[in-house]
Amino acid sequence: MYFCDKYRIVEKKAIASDIYSYIIKCPEVAGIVQSGQFVNISASGHTLRRPISVCDFDRENGLIRIVFEIRGEGTREISRLREGDYIDMIAPLGRGFSFLDDAKHVALIGGGIGVPPLLSIAKHYGEKAQAVLGFKSFDKVILANDFAEYGADVTICTDDGSSGFKGNVLPCFENVLNNEKLDIIYVCGPLPMIRAISEIAEQKAIPCQVSLEERMGCGVGACIACVCKVKRRDKEMFVRVCKDGPVFNSKEVIF
Amino acid sequence: MADLRVNIAGVEFKNPVIAASGTYGFGECYTDLYPLSKLGGISCKGSTIEPKDGNPPSRIAETPSGILNSIGLQNPGIKAFINYYLPTLLKSDTAVIANVAGATLDDYAKACELLDQTDVHMIELNISCPNVKQGGAAWGISCDGAAAVTRAVRKATKKPLMVKLTPNVTDISEIAKAVEAEGADCVSVINTLLGMKIDINTRRPILHNNVGGLSGPAVFPVALRMVWQVARAVKIPVVGMGGISKAEDAIEMFLAGASALQMGTAIFTDPYSPLKVIDGIEEFMDNNGIRNISEMVGQVKPW
Repeated sequence: MYFCDKYRIVEKKAIASDIYSYIIKCPEVAGIVQSGQFVNISASGHTLRRPISVCDFDRENGLIRIVFEIRGEGTREISRLREGDYIDMIAPLGRGFSFLDDAKHVALIGGGIGVPPLLSIAKHYGEKAQAVLGFKSFDKVILANDFAEYGADVTICTDDGSSGFKGNVLPCFENVLNNEKLDIIYVCGPLPMIRAISEIAEQKAIPCQVSLEERMGCGVGACIACVCKVKRRDKEMFVRVCKDGPVFNSKEVIF
Repeated sequence: MADLRVNIAGVEFKNPVIAASGTYGFGECYTDLYPLSKLGGISCKGSTIEPKDGNPPSRIAETPSGILNSIGLQNPGIKAFINYYLPTLLKSDTAVIANVAGATLDDYAKACELLDQTDVHMIELNISCPNVKQGGAAWGISCDGAAAVTRAVRKATKKPLMVKLTPNVTDISEIAKAVEAEGADCVSVINTLLGMKIDINTRRPILHNNVGGLSGPAVFPVALRMVWQVARAVKIPVVGMGGISKAEDAIEMFLAGASALQMGTAIFTDPYSPLKVIDGIEEFMDNNGIRNISEMVGQVKPW
């Protein structure tokens, strides 16, 4: 079930360089949205909508939160919306993350603008979550406090070392791996990072869910533009990121 | 009150707006917003005799006032369409058009033979897909090729036959005449225009197929011109498509000679756009004392 309507932006914040956080009043969407689902936002003057993952939601107050980075003209247009403006979106879309009932230790591995969809997972697992979040540099670091407030143990890495550990998330992730017996891993970020984490998860036989990105058309499964290759029933096939994903079991994805 | 019904090749459409093939799946993707019965019809995703994987991603790119796509006809095969999707579609109170693509004449004929045994209302022949290496537009770019496919299919089915033409030719009206001569009941004009977009940083085309089909408002004037040219060249009905996003575009298409319309890319921008166009057509007709769509068809007054 999804909706297509205009919803009011009740809070807009610039949270890092070219990165914005919107809280949107949309009770019907907030009532059913799942972690890892996305919204498809109309960008004035553009033919295609822009898919943005849901970062957090508050069912009681009918709110969802999205965090996005200006990547091009479309997202720049969306960033021009102001508090009180209405945002035209189709939501909620896609298959989100699933949770393990009896998990004791979970890892959330995020890179850059792949970090936001992991926040609502941190909320679900609270202190059972270890978040390793990687960014280019200190001015791109987002949501570290939000993860901590939900109880997650947070490690920050930056490519240039300007905040937290220097380098990518892998060494810090391996540290987590050595200290805890992980029940499940959740990953979202650049493809090389997702691939590397998935390989480690496979070697260690730890379940791993990945959230993928691809250039998208309709967002609702009709046009079959945004595909990724998976192996199902011993057969390789293209499936839709927007409808069959964006979250997949890492074992089935052919990177 | 305006009467929005149109009859194309014996098939009744409750209004002239049809969802274009490739943009509406098999009708299952937008029912959360409104029922299929609101549309005049649906042209389903192009189906081939065997299932097809399609092209590697990326398959879509945005361009000024439009998009490029190179899906490559990914589909579950005509049998899956007939057995799995068609029964539901036929209960949805709208005209159902099966879109058929193929590499060989035999592919087209076999798929249409199977459809002939069903209750599908119409068959649209895709001889204009720019995104597959074999078949597709290869048939549609010559009068001989287009005629050969139409002839082969005409023998295989008595269903009303619509042939979807490619704009990537020197003279589209010649192709239209060739398929009319072989028994096509109507033509749909136009499929996408071949285009390209390059990422200047990686120096790679955005589309993995390097080139793809351009659609959206950017192509509307070209589509309108071709509908006008084809409508003057043939006696069979012309279904106009290509960049229609608002009611004014629809009226222009009727005036140029279209008897019905297909909308595709506009649905990605606004899923409600077909309904807005239907309402806008009705409003225009009421405001101008037009009772039937046919009163507008081909009524442009060229200089």
